[in-house]
Amino acid sequence: MQGGQAATVQNAASKSEKAKERAFKTKLMKRNWDLYLLILPTVLFFIIFKYVPMYGVQIAFRDFRPVDGIWGSAWIGLDNFRRFFTSYQFSQTLVNTLTISFMSLFINFPIPVIFALLLNQVEVKWFKKSVQTVSYVPYFISTVVMVGLLFSFLSPTSGPINTLIKATGGTPINFLGVPNMFKWIYVFSDTWQMTGYNAIIYIASLSGISPEYYEAAMVDGASKFKRMLYIDIPFLIPTVCVMFILSAGRVMSVGFEKAFLMQTPLNLTKSEIISTFVYKTGLVQSDFSFSTAVSLFNTVVNLVLIVSVNTVTKKLSNGENSLW
Amino acid sequence: MATKAIKSHINNSRADRVFNFFNYIVLALVLVGVLYPLWYILIASISDPNLVTLGKVTLYPKGVTFAGYKKVLEYRDVWIGFRNSIFYTVAFTALSTALTVSSGYVLSRKDLVGRKLLTGFFMVCMFFNGGLIPTYMVVRSLGMIDTVWAVIVPNCVWVYNMLIARTFFSTTLPDEMLEATQIDGCTNLRFFFRFAIPLSPSIIAVIALFYAVAQWNSFFDALVYLKTKDLYPLQIHLRNILLMNSVDSSVVGDAASMDERQRLADMLKYVLIIVSSTPMFILYPFVQKYFVKGVMIGAVKG
Repeated sequence: MQGGQAATVQNAASKSEKAKERAFKTKLMKRNWDLYLLILPTVLFFIIFKYVPMYGVQIAFRDFRPVDGIWGSAWIGLDNFRRFFTSYQFSQTLVNTLTISFMSLFINFPIPVIFALLLNQVEVKWFKKSVQTVSYVPYFISTVVMVGLLFSFLSPTSGPINTLIKATGGTPINFLGVPNMFKWIYVFSDTWQMTGYNAIIYIASLSGISPEYYEAAMVDGASKFKRMLYIDIPFLIPTVCVMFILSAGRVMSVGFEKAFLMQTPLNLTKSEIISTFVYKTGLVQSDFSFSTAVSLFNTVVNLVLIVSVNTVTKKLSNGENSLW
Repeated sequence: MATKAIKSHINNSRADRVFNFFNYIVLALVLVGVLYPLWYILIASISDPNLVTLGKVTLYPKGVTFAGYKKVLEYRDVWIGFRNSIFYTVAFTALSTALTVSSGYVLSRKDLVGRKLLTGFFMVCMFFNGGLIPTYMVVRSLGMIDTVWAVIVPNCVWVYNMLIARTFFSTTLPDEMLEATQIDGCTNLRFFFRFAIPLSPSIIAVIALFYAVAQWNSFFDALVYLKTKDLYPLQIHLRNILLMNSVDSSVVGDAASMDERQRLADMLKYVLIIVSSTPMFILYPFVQKYFVKGVMIGAVKG
């Protein structure tokens, strides 16, 4: 009896609390009306340029014809996807995309970490500072210029690489004309352009390690290499995990610009990736529905990847290293 | 004192000396590897184009000439592109920074009802998007194709930058300050403009910098949305000249032979790479001061 009464009282209290909370929230909203005003333009921007296109994705399931408009075009279900999966471009673009991105991941993910670890061991301040400052200069070069630089550098007639090959008695190679060279050029030019930038965060994390750790290790007689192995690396692991999830989630989104600009008729079999294929079918051939289907396939795979990588990392690290 | 003694003692250990030796060599190679391509373009741009074509120019300029730079000065398309790029960069940066900083601030307010919902509303766009064609159709139906708006508006707010701004505001502006001004009857807008903004020049610089660099270097939106040559930003002209080898014949037309023309065109490429990157390198000291900061704020899990 008494218990029941208590429950009723509690119930009433929680009810009135809820009402109070609601009243408080309304009051807050009223008081902060100008904050909503401040964010309104951005919200509108996102609705128009992000959410409306998301809604427009449905043309992937329609047979879009300009005369009928989006709403008038007939539903055709998964026909566009079926067409993509059965076309020869499916395996070609998918393999090219995955090859380039996995190579990027395995080569260009660890390099900045190693670079940061090595740089962290430098005691001469000016040298450390100048190497770091110089290392991210290439990041600021535009993709067009980057590819222009590659064309000049790898030119079979005047490029310094081929000059070197000729000087050592070899025959010059037209690097951008050899399909199998494409992925290496793509990945290593990224190494050149992105290492310094990607290392910034690791270098900053390393500089946050308390000197006491090193002092204690030195008293115990640990060499530089051992200090790197047993202090620096364990310290970096959480940052590395977060960065790895982010990179792994981007596996399917190889940048359009660079691949597109590096394409030559000769290397197309190895350089056609999903994003360039989406651009060509969509805007060059005006096959809107098909192009959207291909791009939707890409987005969904990406989404699945980032969620699963995040889940796995979270499990492995007992909920510590994850994005959300 | 003690640690110094220990340090000097341990630094002399053989293993460390070997480690240092290799470490410095590796890093010196990195330094050379990063700088050499840039150095090569610079010396190629002021060397005799014949010697460059023959591969004779490798370490220092030979047969110094500024003919390429003179030619670029006469290149009308390039200068119109340059002007357009400056305009796009300034307009885009102003609009983007204003929207990003203001919405970042709003999202940083703990007393904002619906804060989580709003943040989620934006973050969805980091992981899912309509893709090329649906976005293109929206831009087209707004009548923006082939106008300056197409380059400035459709990409003007990045969620990532908004989150950086949010993290910055929520970690640097103390709650007590807002409460104190609220007691004095200060409205939110007034607080934002009179206190939040003046106290946060560095985050504004960081975000403006990210946007400016991206817009100056961007090429995709112009490729997709612009058709009129006089609206092209510099990067599109650069692509045509550097990669598609289509040099305006009036610029190299006075050269005698095909060979000569090709050499001049090649020289123009080196010069253009230098000219187009100059604004970035002029800004570099400023850029690098704020840049590292920005990357670091972005890395803080919000």
